[in-house]
Amino acid sequence: MKENIDSGLIQDEPLLFEQGGQGRKGYSLPRWDVDKVEVEKAIPSYLIRKELKGFPELSEVEVVRHFTRLSQWNYGVDSGFYPLGSCTMKYNPKVNEEIARWRGIAHLHPYTPEEFCQGALRIMHELEGFLAEATGMDRVTLQPAAGAHGELTGIMMIKACLQARGQRRKKILVPDTAHGTNCSTSTLASYQIVEIKSNDRGVISPESVSALMDDQVAAIMVTNPNTLGLFEENLKAIAKIVHQKGGFVYCDGANLNALMGIVKLGEIGVDVVHINLHKTFATPHGGGGPGAGPVAIREELAPYLPVPVIEKRGGTFLLNYERPESIGKMRAFYGNFGVLVRAYAYVLSMGSDGLKRASEIAVLNANYLMKQLRDDYYLPYDRPCMHECVFTDRLQEKYHVSTLDIAKRLIDYGYHPPTIYFPLVVKGALMIEPTETESKESIDRFIATMIRIAGEAKENPDLLHQAPQRVKVRRLDEVTAARKPKLRWTPIDEQMTSDRSNNTK
Amino acid sequence: MKLPDELLYTETHEWVRIEGDRATTGITDFAQNQLTDIVYVDIPEIGKKLKKGESLGVVESVKSVSDLYSPLSGKIVEVNENLKDRPQLINEDPYGKGWIVKIELENREELKRLLSAHAYKGTLMEEG
Amino acid sequence: MRDSIRYIPHSEEDCQEMLKVIGVKEVEDLFGSIPQDCRIGKPLNLPHALSEPDLMAHMHNLQSPIFSGSRWSSFLGAGSYQHFIPAVVSSLISRSEFYTAYTPYQPEISQGTLQAMFEYQTLMCQMTGMEVSNASLYDGASSMAEAVLMAQRITKRKKILISEAVHPDYRRVIRTYIDPAEQEIILIPYEATTGCTDQQAMSRLIDEGVGAVVIQSPNFFGVIEDLAPIGDRVHHAGGLLIVGFSEAVAYGIMSPPGELGADIVAGEGQSLGIPPSYGGPYLGVFATREKFVRNMPGRLIGETVDVDGKRGFVLTLATREQHIRRAQATSNICTNEGLCALMATVYISCFGKRGLRELALMNLSKADHAKKAVAAVHGCRLAFSSPTFNEFVVKVDGDPEDILKAVRKEHILGGISLGKFYPELNQHILVTVTELNAKNEIDRWAEVMKNILE
Repeated sequence: MKENIDSGLIQDEPLLFEQGGQGRKGYSLPRWDVDKVEVEKAIPSYLIRKELKGFPELSEVEVVRHFTRLSQWNYGVDSGFYPLGSCTMKYNPKVNEEIARWRGIAHLHPYTPEEFCQGALRIMHELEGFLAEATGMDRVTLQPAAGAHGELTGIMMIKACLQARGQRRKKILVPDTAHGTNCSTSTLASYQIVEIKSNDRGVISPESVSALMDDQVAAIMVTNPNTLGLFEENLKAIAKIVHQKGGFVYCDGANLNALMGIVKLGEIGVDVVHINLHKTFATPHGGGGPGAGPVAIREELAPYLPVPVIEKRGGTFLLNYERPESIGKMRAFYGNFGVLVRAYAYVLSMGSDGLKRASEIAVLNANYLMKQLRDDYYLPYDRPCMHECVFTDRLQEKYHVSTLDIAKRLIDYGYHPPTIYFPLVVKGALMIEPTETESKESIDRFIATMIRIAGEAKENPDLLHQAPQRVKVRRLDEVTAARKPKLRWTPIDEQMTSDRSNNTK
Repeated sequence: MKLPDELLYTETHEWVRIEGDRATTGITDFAQNQLTDIVYVDIPEIGKKLKKGESLGVVESVKSVSDLYSPLSGKIVEVNENLKDRPQLINEDPYGKGWIVKIELENREELKRLLSAHAYKGTLMEEG
Repeated sequence: MRDSIRYIPHSEEDCQEMLKVIGVKEVEDLFGSIPQDCRIGKPLNLPHALSEPDLMAHMHNLQSPIFSGSRWSSFLGAGSYQHFIPAVVSSLISRSEFYTAYTPYQPEISQGTLQAMFEYQTLMCQMTGMEVSNASLYDGASSMAEAVLMAQRITKRKKILISEAVHPDYRRVIRTYIDPAEQEIILIPYEATTGCTDQQAMSRLIDEGVGAVVIQSPNFFGVIEDLAPIGDRVHHAGGLLIVGFSEAVAYGIMSPPGELGADIVAGEGQSLGIPPSYGGPYLGVFATREKFVRNMPGRLIGETVDVDGKRGFVLTLATREQHIRRAQATSNICTNEGLCALMATVYISCFGKRGLRELALMNLSKADHAKKAVAAVHGCRLAFSSPTFNEFVVKVDGDPEDILKAVRKEHILGGISLGKFYPELNQHILVTVTELNAKNEIDRWAEVMKNILE
């Protein structure tokens, strides 16, 4: 294995376990003001840990250097344009970060008596109201920790409602453009998936739904706008068909950033919608969470909301657990409050006009980008898009350049690539969502880069095949990583033992 | 693309080599090419009885998963243990060292429903 | 100029130029694909935008007075713990390259997140004594629910035995997740005197239909469970042992579940550098044996090399996950608790081998001091006899809610009354003590209890 040598400011940094030393200390504890318990007298000896084997021993300076260097190998929204389709990588306001760290917010214990939590409960109650208003729904639960968690919550509520009506339906209809979570959620809830093919306009038609809808279908799961960036123009008619046979319309709200102040999903037939706060409502993505996936519903599903439900009685907020038909709980406590606070602050900062403006500019940016790139990249659906657009590598195929190569070359130009190979219905998909927080200059620079890369594909495709070059590590061997997974660091002596035992097989 | 004439095939991209009352099966060169580097093979244990068309397990690459279907009804009598450590044998030698299971035939009539190399090639043309 | 526009860079000129390029007259024309009958007729009914200073003033008043202003003493726990978080943790995770990054799907520009998560996975393995850990689930409760579902995938058995001493909310979440047609939950009672899971009752319940036994240690009452015999018993019947926890700091001093027979460990990592945050975001820890790795939910980061032979890290075994396996995925999880996992990694890096042990010892010792102090109060006695870590249950002569209310007058949150969780424990209070409770605080609390009860 080649030694990792520093390259200018991209400094190398070993693992935590490969540095530090015995006796180094990075921690600090309050004064010892009580007697130390003799552990062997307090706990049976076989329940006492011998040592924290392999744990690092580092000074504070080493810890700071370590993680600072690691951060410098990353790319965030603050670093530059992050055009991931369906992820809505918009700017995360810093004031929200500051507020979320205040002691009276961050240190509040969830079992603090409600009289001292009125502020927190108010934040949650009001946020529920904001989200209900934005989606045109009646009630909201803030409990789910992510979009997929919200999907499961919503589908479970639908299931409970149907069961209360004495119905045990078995199927859920899912368009072929759906996100993978829609399918895996349905399976988790013990439903069978029936796929609906989108038409050549890239949307689902009432006829295709009609053909599949029966009294065994619990729900249809749509995404609107869909993952091709197109508004599901037949949704009202489709909702009617589904409702007529007693089913529900679930909407994956991941693309809500195109619709705020423009369309209310509750007014076009949707019964349940989850919202990704870490997308539409500007809470940070965190490198893989935490997010939040609140679910907004029609009043008829309210009895099934997870507990506790936040209520306002008189002027006081409280947590109500007396909900006999509730589906139960999706997690301990009430929700990712730290994330909810940021979303609440964002809504207050934007106001009604601001949110609508955000959707308008998101759609403006995406259409502008689409128009400027359509001569160099193939558009499978050549019509106005919403907040994101999908290209493919069809024009680059003849140079043996793929979507993957284009994505990796963008990295050399200092960009995080767009979403690639999704949605699955488009071969070689390249899904670009600029969001409204990207300036015209930023988008123009990206457009120029994309056009340049299209030129490189023609003139010098190897530049793309070898990309990325200007990075800490180049293309990684994902095949070996999957064949022989190495999912943790092991101390040398354990490694040798395992090698020995492998050799004796 | 390799397509040995002496073998029989299914529309779901399995090949079959008959030896007495046993059939050896694996996936075709076309299939392994589509999957790219195979990282893992999940197959049932020896002794399992299967019907033609029933799931025989999965073959995984880094970015996709493909179901395997039993080309014939019968009992699994041997599995290729080498695939545990070296799943890439399927890519390297799909008709030889990359064999997946051996089945004891239950019903020789089923052989008539398998495709010849020529017929299988025809189905690939259709898929385009 | 409206103040909210500070997050949207476009000027009117920019918009006009862009509209011209697109070939439409106004922004409204871009929404032509939306049928008219789907359009909202009026503005959203939301408050007017607040400027940044006005926002801060508004939010300031929504803080909890007892945590923001003068410090009260708090003895609250039960799944959320108040520990000291070194300044280094918030400083490092505030680096925007960490918190404004997405899931590391493009590994070449995500090595920071990927290496940190690899380190996290390693630390969780070491802490729990297991062979492989994922990169986090939502929280301890949902982590336990996922463990139960995983046990069903592996054993194909219907019955799951869960100790009643597992956090009631965790049990509720498990019940919510399972499909009653596929799995059945049976509760194992706890022993009234010791506070441990009743192993004899458990033995009577274990048979070849049992897929897993779920135990929490330290359990909801703070009691340290004797896991090894439980593991033996369930393995003998061909089932799996799932061990959960809500107070991770205990493992600085307690034997890890992996050394005591656990097959899956599913717990809460909030104690490791994440503030209580009114219940979330928290950190679902999930670890298991290598032989079960392909059945695990959640993201996994693996080590590999790049084309030049340099070490690097990638998301791996993604064929278990929703974006590839779709309907047959091991879970539906996509976004997890990445930044919280990073907080835990930084926290553990600061404390390290010796620090975590000393921290655990201090918690144990402070709690021990509190136990002795309160046991000396007439009208109070310790409810359970088994060894505990930093939480314990006190039985009081009187209504616990009234007593706690009176204690609050002294600016002390004296504990959590258990009647709403366990109807039979209607005279009981769960008390939690951490390194942040000074001796004089503890003594004052005991004094206050004495004054109220005697």
